[in-house]
Amino acid sequence: MAGTEDITQQELNNSTGETRDETDSRKNDYLQSKVEGKALSKEEKLKLRKEKKQQKKNKKDDKGLAKEEKAKKPVPVMDGQQAQQQKAPPTSPLVTPEAPPTGEKSGKSKVELRADRRARQDVDRTSKQGKKGDRSQLASTAKTKAPPSEPQPVVKRLPEHIQADDPAVLKKVAKKLERQQYSRKAPLTQQMSIPSTVIHPSIVHLGLQYSQGIIAGSNSRCIALLHAFKQVIRDYATPRNEELSRDLVNKLKPYISFLNQCRPLSASMGNAIKYIKKEISNVSSNIKEEEAKTTLQNCIDKYIEEKIHLAAKAISKSAFEKISDGDVILVYGCSSLVNYILCDAFERGRKFRVIVVDSRPRLEGRETLRRLVKKGLSCTYVLITAVSYMLPEVSKVFLGAHALLANGYVMSRVGASQIALVAKAYNVPVLVCCETYKFCERVQTDSFVSNELDDPDDLIVTRKGKTELQNWQDIPSLRLLNLVYDVTPPDFVDLVITDLGMIPCTSVPVVLRVKNVDQ
Amino acid sequence: MELQAVVMAAGGGSRMMDLTYSMPKPLLPVGNKPLIWYPLNLLEKIGFEEVIVITTKEVHKQMNIDTKMKLEMVCIQEDADMGTANALRHIQQKIKTDILVVSCDLITDVALHEVVDLFRAHDATLSMLMSKTHEFTETVPGQKGKKKTGEQRDFVGVDSSGKRLLFMANEADLDEELVIKKSIMRKHPRMHIKTGLVDAHLYCLKKSVVDFLADNKSITSIRGELIPYLVRKQFSASTNSQKTKDDSEKNQKKTDLKTPDIHISSKDEDLLDLAREKSCWNDHRGDMSDAYHGGKLRCYVHIMEDSMCYRVNTLAAYIEANRLAPKVFSEEFPIHPTAEISEQSMVGADSIIGAACHVSEKSSIKRSTIGASSCIKEKVKITNSIIMNGVTIEEGCNIQGSVICNQAVINRGADIKYCLVGSGQCIEAEAERNNEVIVGIDQLMEI
Repeated sequence: MAGTEDITQQELNNSTGETRDETDSRKNDYLQSKVEGKALSKEEKLKLRKEKKQQKKNKKDDKGLAKEEKAKKPVPVMDGQQAQQQKAPPTSPLVTPEAPPTGEKSGKSKVELRADRRARQDVDRTSKQGKKGDRSQLASTAKTKAPPSEPQPVVKRLPEHIQADDPAVLKKVAKKLERQQYSRKAPLTQQMSIPSTVIHPSIVHLGLQYSQGIIAGSNSRCIALLHAFKQVIRDYATPRNEELSRDLVNKLKPYISFLNQCRPLSASMGNAIKYIKKEISNVSSNIKEEEAKTTLQNCIDKYIEEKIHLAAKAISKSAFEKISDGDVILVYGCSSLVNYILCDAFERGRKFRVIVVDSRPRLEGRETLRRLVKKGLSCTYVLITAVSYMLPEVSKVFLGAHALLANGYVMSRVGASQIALVAKAYNVPVLVCCETYKFCERVQTDSFVSNELDDPDDLIVTRKGKTELQNWQDIPSLRLLNLVYDVTPPDFVDLVITDLGMIPCTSVPVVLRVKNVDQ
Repeated sequence: MELQAVVMAAGGGSRMMDLTYSMPKPLLPVGNKPLIWYPLNLLEKIGFEEVIVITTKEVHKQMNIDTKMKLEMVCIQEDADMGTANALRHIQQKIKTDILVVSCDLITDVALHEVVDLFRAHDATLSMLMSKTHEFTETVPGQKGKKKTGEQRDFVGVDSSGKRLLFMANEADLDEELVIKKSIMRKHPRMHIKTGLVDAHLYCLKKSVVDFLADNKSITSIRGELIPYLVRKQFSASTNSQKTKDDSEKNQKKTDLKTPDIHISSKDEDLLDLAREKSCWNDHRGDMSDAYHGGKLRCYVHIMEDSMCYRVNTLAAYIEANRLAPKVFSEEFPIHPTAEISEQSMVGADSIIGAACHVSEKSSIKRSTIGASSCIKEKVKITNSIIMNGVTIEEGCNIQGSVICNQAVINRGADIKYCLVGSGQCIEAEAERNNEVIVGIDQLMEI
C-alpha cells in the first residue's frame, strides 16, 4: 500500500514538472487550458486521495484491534442515529425508517462495514460542527423560552467532499430530500406555540397561506411577502445598543428560513429579499427609528410599484403590439401577468380568442378561464394532452415565467416546456412574458437537478369511488413524484417580453449585468 | 402579539344547580382538579403566557391554580346575570389583538393549532371548534327515564370542504321549518347539515368583533347571539357590496357590522388584496366569483372527530368527564402521596385519591375519585362514584354510581345508589337511597 502511495505522489510531481516545461513551448493557450483542467481535477483528486489514505490508515489500525472494533460497532451506529435525530427534531417519525438501512449492512464484509462506519463518522463530525455554528446563531436571534424546538434554520447540506458513492451517505441524503415533500400533512405550526412569539404573526399567517396554496403564483407570493415585511418593520423596535441596520436583518433571517420551510422560496421572493436586506443595511445610523421605518416601508411600496405594477403596464404595452386582430392565443396555467396582458389588450379593442391549456394536478387553468371569461373574452379550454391537436389553429403562444435563468432558460410551471416544444414543432411563435425582477443568476439545464417537490398525494385520483394508488406508500418499489417547475431551453422561446423591452432569451445575462451595475 | 386568551369563568352552571349551588362551577373537582384547570392547562400547553380570566370574586378567592402563565383575573358581580358577550364588552379596554375565548367548562385535548390555523390562513373573522357528541353511558343520579334527545339540537351547515361555516341555528329558535337563504345556496350549492355536533365554546374572534360588541349593546351572549349573527352576516348583501358607509350612517339603532378591515391601515390591506387577486387560488369552483365570493367576513369551524371534548355543563357530562379526564390528563400519581391508605384496603388502579385522605381497612374503592381531606372508614365499598372534598363516610357504607359533594356525611351502613348528595348534607345511618337527588331545603326553594 505504501508503494502505491509513492507512485501517486510521483505522478503528481511528474504532472507539475511537465506543465512547467511545456508552458515554455509555443502552444501556450491550448496547454494553459489543459493545465487548468488538470489543476481542478488535481485538487479534487488530492482530496479524494487524502480520504482514501485516511481510510486505509484506519483500516490498518482496525485490523490490529479487531475485537474492540466489533464491540464499538453498535456505538457509532447509535451516534449516527442520534445525530440524525438531533438534526431533525420536528420530523421524528420520519427518522425511524433510517434504522433499517443500518440493519441491512450486516450482510456486508467487515472491511466494507468499517469503511462505512468511518464515512458516517466523518459525516457526523462535520454535521456536528455545522450544528454548533447554527446553534450559536439561533441563540442570538431567537428567544430560548419555548423548550420544544422552533423550526431549525436552513436544512443542512452535506459538504461536497464526502464520498458521493457511499451508499450510507446517499441514503441519508435521499431521506432528507423526502422529508421536504410531505409538507401539508405535518404543518409546521404543530410544533410552534400558538400566540407565536418568536416568529412574527404575519409571517406565520403567510407561511400557512403558502403551504396551503392560498397564495400561489410568483407575483402574488412576492407581494404578500413584502406586505408581511411591512408589518414586521412596523412592529419592530430597535433594542438598546443595537443598530437598526444590523439588527433588523438578523431578525429577518429566522422568518425567511421559516417561510422557506413552509414552501421553498421563489426567485421573485429571493430577489425581493435581497433588495430589502440591501435597503436595510443602507439605512444610515443617524436618522431616527421612526423615520427609518417609514423610509423602509416606502422603499417596499416603491419596489412593488416599479417592479410589478409599472412593469406589468410596460409589458402589456409591448405585448399589445404583438397581438393582432383575429389571433388565436394559447396560454398555459395561470399567470397573473399573461392574464393582465390579455385583459388589457381586450379592453383596448383587439379581437382575438384564447385557448387555455390546463394540466393536472393543479388545474390552475380553470382560474385563468374564469377570469378571462368574466372579462368577456371567448375562450377554449383543453388539457395539455390535447395540445398538439389544438396547435394548428394557434397563432401565438404566451407563457408566463417563474424565473429566467442566467443561461437563457425559462423556469415555469411544469408543462410549459412541453407546450414550447410542441409549438416549436408546429412553428408557432412562443412569447414569454417576465418582469426583470424575476431574473436570477442561477443556471440550470434540466428540470431534475433542482426543483420543488409538491405533495405526492395530489397525484392520486379517485374515479367511481375507487382510488387505485391509495396505499402507494406500502409498495416499496413505487415512489410518486410531483414536480412543480420545469425549464424550457432558449431554442424554443422566440421572444421574451420584459419591462426593458423585447429581448431574445440569450440576452438575460446582459440584463443581469446591467442591473448589477445599476445597483 | 397575535392572540389573547380569555377564559369565561363567571357562569353559574345553571344546568346542574344541584352541584353548583354551594360550589361555583369553575371550582368543581374533576379528577381532583378544579374544572378551570383544564382549559388553563390546554392554553399553557400550546404556549400561551398570559390569560385573562373573567370570574366572580368568590371564585377568585378560592382559586389557587399553580400555573406558569400569568393570570389576569377580572372580577364581575355575581348576581348581575352577565352574558358572555357582556363580559367581553367589560374587558374591551384590555383587548389589543384578536382573542381566543374559552369557556371554563371545556375539557379537551384537541390540537388547537387546527382551529387557529383556519383563523390565520383564511384571515377569518371567527373560527370555532365543534365535536361529535358522545353518548353518555353512565347512569345519571336523579334522572328518571331516558334522556330526551333532540330538544336543543344545533343545526350546523358546512360547505363541501367541511371547514367553512355556512349556517347555524338552534332548534329552539326555529318554529317548524329550517329556513336557508337563497344567497347561501347560490354561493355554496352543496351544504352539509350536521346535527350531532356539540359546540366546544372555543372561539377565535377578530379584534374588530370586540369593537363591534362595544358599539352594539344588544348582544348579550356569544354563543346564543353573536355567533349566529356573524354566520348570517357572511352572506348578507350589505357586507359584500360597497355600501357599508351608507348603512352605518342610516341605522344608528341596528348598528351594522362594519367591514372588519378598518383597523388595519388601508394601504396594507390593499396590498393583501392585491396579493390575493394575483394568486391563482379559489376556494370554490363552478361560478364566476372570486375567492371567498368577495366576502370579507368569513366563519370557519374545525370539527374534531377522535379526540376527547367535553363541556361540563350538565350532571351527566360531569360524571362522564370525571371518568375519562383523569386518564388523559393526570400526570402525578393517582394516589396522592399524603393520603393515608391502610394496607388492607383495596384501591383500584383507576381510582384517584386526593391529598390528606384517610382510607381505613377493608374498604374497597373502584373506579372512583376521592377528594382531598376525605375520611373513609372501614368496610366501605365505593364504586363508580365521585366523592368531593372533606366528606366523611362512616363504616359499612355502600356507595355506587353516586356523587357526594363537599363536607357531606354519610353515616354508617348507608346504601346509596345513583344518588346525588348535596353539599353539607347528612345521610342518616342505615339509609337506603336509590336514584335520588338529596339536597338541602334552602336549595329546594331556589328554582
